[in-house]
Amino acid sequence: MLPLKIAWRFLVSSKGQTILILLGIAIGVSVQVFIGLLIQSLQISLVDRTIGSSSHITIQADREDPVILQTDQLLQTIEKSAIFPELKAVSPVSETPVFIKTGKSDQSGFMRGFDFQRALSVYEFMNTLVEGDLPSKENDVLIGTDLKNELGLKVGDTLNVTVPAFILGQRPLTVTGVFDSGIASLNRSWLISNLVTVQNIIRKPTTYSSIEIQVKDVFSADTLAETLQKELEGKPFKIKNWKAENQQLLSGLTGQTISSLFIQVFVMISVALAIASVLIISVVQKNRQIGILKAMGIKDSTTSMVFLTQGLLLGIGGAVLGVILGLALSWSFATFAVSDGEPVVPLVINYSFVLLSALIAIISALVASIIPARKSGTMSPIEVIRNG
Amino acid sequence: MDNQVPVMKLEGVTKFYGEEIKQQVLFGIDLELQPGSFNAIIGQSGSGKTTLLNILGLLDKPADGKVFVEGQRIDQMPLSKLASVRNRTIGFIFQFHYLLPEFTALENVLMPGWIRKYDKDPERLQRAHQLMDEVGLEKVKNNLSTKMSGGQQQRTAIARALLNNPKIILADEPTGNLDTENTEMVYKILRKVNREYGTTFVIVTHDRRVAEGADRIIEVKDGRIKMDVAARV
Repeated sequence: MLPLKIAWRFLVSSKGQTILILLGIAIGVSVQVFIGLLIQSLQISLVDRTIGSSSHITIQADREDPVILQTDQLLQTIEKSAIFPELKAVSPVSETPVFIKTGKSDQSGFMRGFDFQRALSVYEFMNTLVEGDLPSKENDVLIGTDLKNELGLKVGDTLNVTVPAFILGQRPLTVTGVFDSGIASLNRSWLISNLVTVQNIIRKPTTYSSIEIQVKDVFSADTLAETLQKELEGKPFKIKNWKAENQQLLSGLTGQTISSLFIQVFVMISVALAIASVLIISVVQKNRQIGILKAMGIKDSTTSMVFLTQGLLLGIGGAVLGVILGLALSWSFATFAVSDGEPVVPLVINYSFVLLSALIAIISALVASIIPARKSGTMSPIEVIRNG
Repeated sequence: MDNQVPVMKLEGVTKFYGEEIKQQVLFGIDLELQPGSFNAIIGQSGSGKTTLLNILGLLDKPADGKVFVEGQRIDQMPLSKLASVRNRTIGFIFQFHYLLPEFTALENVLMPGWIRKYDKDPERLQRAHQLMDEVGLEKVKNNLSTKMSGGQQQRTAIARALLNNPKIILADEPTGNLDTENTEMVYKILRKVNREYGTTFVIVTHDRRVAEGADRIIEVKDGRIKMDVAARV
């Protein structure tokens, strides 16, 4: 292709200018990639911290005495539902407020009973466990680090609880382990046990307080919850989803996405303007060459192609450099911006986003070269010869 | 000679410049250029001779009148078609050499061929080498055009003008920028090409020696042909 050959020679012959504009594009793309990845990672980690270890969709009994009675039937309905493949975990929970007897004064707590087999993928118990093991038999219990320190307990000790409804009946529980959820209020108040322990404490065997569901794509929780709602139509259940409960977080995320988009759009516009201005200058610089080529019979469309090709080459070169630079920036941010050995923002590299950024840069470069391309197309060879 | 179809023919060609105040630079020029002839156009600056050359070179269109290339009327052709006629029929040699500085001498010579059809035609390459040898550029073929002397550049431009085997070569002050020795050499080459290939030449020149060496001298004054004589019989 002749335009490619000429475009390449034009770029190579003015090395300084070419390197400068390549750097300009590369820095634009790297900012785009870095900011995009950073915001995305930030959001992923924020969402993960907020709801990664909690229920996305919660089914509760819609009754005065809020326990789910037809437990097997409900679980079956969910497992047969069309949305079941979209679910990551379905975990029944039985829970109750309790008083923890300490001798001096009672302390209030909240006891949650799980089916650990099912709940492991919802709550990362194994990761939060700092001492001991998960409860394996009835009346085993996990306590939080803060509660352990306050009460001076250790693994193997016994602690007594009562529930408000049956204030006189004390139940001794064996501490089998200590967890650290990272949230002080939970570490102080939560008691984690198995389903049967809680069911027996509240004297409602074979009932659940709720069923907690995690879904694979957290942002589809609301639509999945709606579908589930339809399938459970007429049954005494109410369904909550995290999106409905976390409107503030969501609007925060949306705001962040939009502002990051704005930054990226303006970075791209400035890159495109830079390319356009450099190429327009280069049309003026190369007007003698264009004149000679035209005198020799090159078509206007071919000279236009020369400048479009220059835009394309600059776009591709700048995008490749920019992606490398952007990934390097992101990597160094993840590596060096650490607190307590953990990265401030755990970096998630969204390759399709990186590819998209590169593509957008290439397209902007191409669009930016339209003006110079047209300018070169309309140049008359006589001008050059007369002004020579 | 007279019953041959002229390589180029102008009929009543006029030309104006300027948008608001129109200034007429050519007044009804009639001109026929016979195949294989060696013509010189002389005239003072502003006489309209360069405009005439631009119209002959299909770089500019007349305001009025007709332009024929080998009997075919071309002044009404669209620009893209004109470009291709220019590429096939006309070779240019300019005063300031006008080589492409981004390309080597050989590539500059090959360029008109590439514009016609971009491929690796071995015959074209061979012709380019041969032309460069003929104008004495054996040693600088792969030099960038900026790494050559003025005389070498102008000889490269001559080889380039010849590559597509054009019917006519238009030269605007081809020796205007050269010393006596190089002027002599370039002129000899042009004459040799004219003899050996039968290429028609139109040379705009100030140089009396060049003009006097031509077959025909056309003097342009105030946009009209003032004199049209055979210089050598």
